[in-house]
Amino acid sequence: MSRKMSEAMEPGNLERLARIDARDVVLDVQNLSKVFQSNEGPVEALRDVSFRVHRREFLCVIGASGCGKSTLARILAGLDDPTSGTLEVAGRKVSGPGPDRGMVFQGYTLFPWLTILRNVAFGLEMCGMSRSSAEIEAREWISLVGLEKFEKSYPHQLSGGMKQRVAIARALANKPRVLLMDEPFGALDAQTRAQMQAHLLQIWKNIDITIVFITHDLDEAVYLADRILVLDPRPGRVREMVDVPVSRPRTPAQIHGEAFRAAREHIDHLIHPPEPAVKIEALPMVRLIPVGDDVE
Amino acid sequence: MPPRWTAISESVSRRDDPSNSPLGGYLAMTSKSVKTGSGLFRVQGEVPAGARRWLAILSFAIPIAVWAVVSYVPFVWHPLIEVIEPGGVSWFQSGMRIERAQFEKASAQATKIGGKAPVGVRANPVFLPAPHEVARSVFTSFTTPPRFDGEPWLHQNLLHSMRVIFWGFFLSSLIGIPLGIACGAIPAFARLSEPFIDFFRYLPAPAFGALCVAVMGINDAPKIAIIFIGTFFQQVLVVANTVRRVDPSLVEAAQTLGAKPFKLVTRVIVPASVADLYSDQRVLLGWAWTYLIVAELIGTSTGITYFINLQAKYRAYDNVMAAILLIGIVGVTCDLVLAWVGKRLFPWRKDAVSMRPFAKRRPKAVAA
Repeated sequence: MSRKMSEAMEPGNLERLARIDARDVVLDVQNLSKVFQSNEGPVEALRDVSFRVHRREFLCVIGASGCGKSTLARILAGLDDPTSGTLEVAGRKVSGPGPDRGMVFQGYTLFPWLTILRNVAFGLEMCGMSRSSAEIEAREWISLVGLEKFEKSYPHQLSGGMKQRVAIARALANKPRVLLMDEPFGALDAQTRAQMQAHLLQIWKNIDITIVFITHDLDEAVYLADRILVLDPRPGRVREMVDVPVSRPRTPAQIHGEAFRAAREHIDHLIHPPEPAVKIEALPMVRLIPVGDDVE
Repeated sequence: MPPRWTAISESVSRRDDPSNSPLGGYLAMTSKSVKTGSGLFRVQGEVPAGARRWLAILSFAIPIAVWAVVSYVPFVWHPLIEVIEPGGVSWFQSGMRIERAQFEKASAQATKIGGKAPVGVRANPVFLPAPHEVARSVFTSFTTPPRFDGEPWLHQNLLHSMRVIFWGFFLSSLIGIPLGIACGAIPAFARLSEPFIDFFRYLPAPAFGALCVAVMGINDAPKIAIIFIGTFFQQVLVVANTVRRVDPSLVEAAQTLGAKPFKLVTRVIVPASVADLYSDQRVLLGWAWTYLIVAELIGTSTGITYFINLQAKYRAYDNVMAAILLIGIVGVTCDLVLAWVGKRLFPWRKDAVSMRPFAKRRPKAVAA
């Protein structure tokens, strides 16, 4: 943890983070590396990534584009195999996808041919539950995300935010230990996104779930996370594990607080090291047709 | 003013005349013509609902109108003369059609030796009957009994053809669709079977005619086999391609939900592609019809092809045209029915129609 963050720490928050550390490790990632073979030779996407996530912790992973965030999410979900390194969920080594890790994708990935109810029941049925009991349980998860009225609708009849709530319910219905979210709100408009963030925190508070949340949005990361894993690009490496100094429960008002601002600034510097600004005079001259003389 | 604005200020001074500015023409375009991409002939987008029906009607009306003009307006084509009264020409018979130049020559010769001049009207060749003749034939060919006892009527011929198509297409689908799904879902399967299928589909199905007759006799079996050969190999490749287009992220999502490989195929890949597979089968059924004519010539000629060939032998080209028209009508009707059913089979599609088209509309909620 950096010195700057401990200075900005809000009262009681250090103790809260210590309590998180005292809990069991749910996700243990050790020396994860990933090399892709491409036509131009091997491309190193991740190098030696190690971190731990404790039970009921909310971890955000952030980094500039090309830092291997999505590759990391896919490896954690078991959709890609790491070139080297190990991945343990609740003390058990895992490879390949499994119902112990739920995943929410940016592109919703709801099954268009199934109603909302059957979408949420899908995972339960895959894990051997009968259709009728899966549907009974799925109804509870649908009411958790507040979509009872839409259980007979098809995905194309829902808005983006509603689809993503269904995707969350579908992932949670399998009772995974870890919920992986790969830029889940990236395709939503700003207002829906803010609603979804608050909604997600609400869900996280009510059930026993550990969340790994991939994002490129600084405010989103600071608002949601207990800790933020900052990755460096090309190849993706751990830059720093940042303790978020903002205390819980989070409210939108905290965005204007000192701790929030300090955390945001700190991570911003990690992701975007100060670069000399491009001089506007150096830009190529473009011949434009003026709208009027009053252009400042 | 900072120096970087000089280029702009230069054109400011001349902006009264857009042709002076290098982008003046473009500006004029953006403000006018680019916006007018609306109306009937807009690029992309939807045709207005009212115009859609008229365009569909026109789509048939235009070719029929061309046909009618060629048939009824003598000076458009009518290259022949139909003899009405032979006159002094010994070899003329009433009703025969001969070229105009020949008619003039024979007529001149006849009058020269003092005979009566023949009478004739301009006519089209006998193979181009007029629309009303064909329309009449569509009905009369059903009501006219066959010339010899024991020969099939037209409707029997038509049903026979449909039966051959049905069995050929059914057997092809029975094997082709599961094999195509396997090829599309499991790459190893595709590597194993597609090279051979790709080779085989270039072999024209009619080429197997003699072989099929040798193996299966002269009745319906070789005909069904030709339709099978013509459809099957295309079907496997088309189905495999459609199945391959299934969004891989759906498969990945199912994997993270605990779906095992077999369930991935039955519960994700098949339902994800079933609506597209249905449209594929509609297209393929059209192809099966094109193989029908060749297939029916193999062994003993039967079905609609038999009828067409027989009528052509009698030079009853209006009946020939009527039979060809009937194939089109049966094909289009079949396709329209399948499209109608398709809209009701897949309720998750955006263009889906309710399963119960005549169900009562739910009464609107009344404010208390």
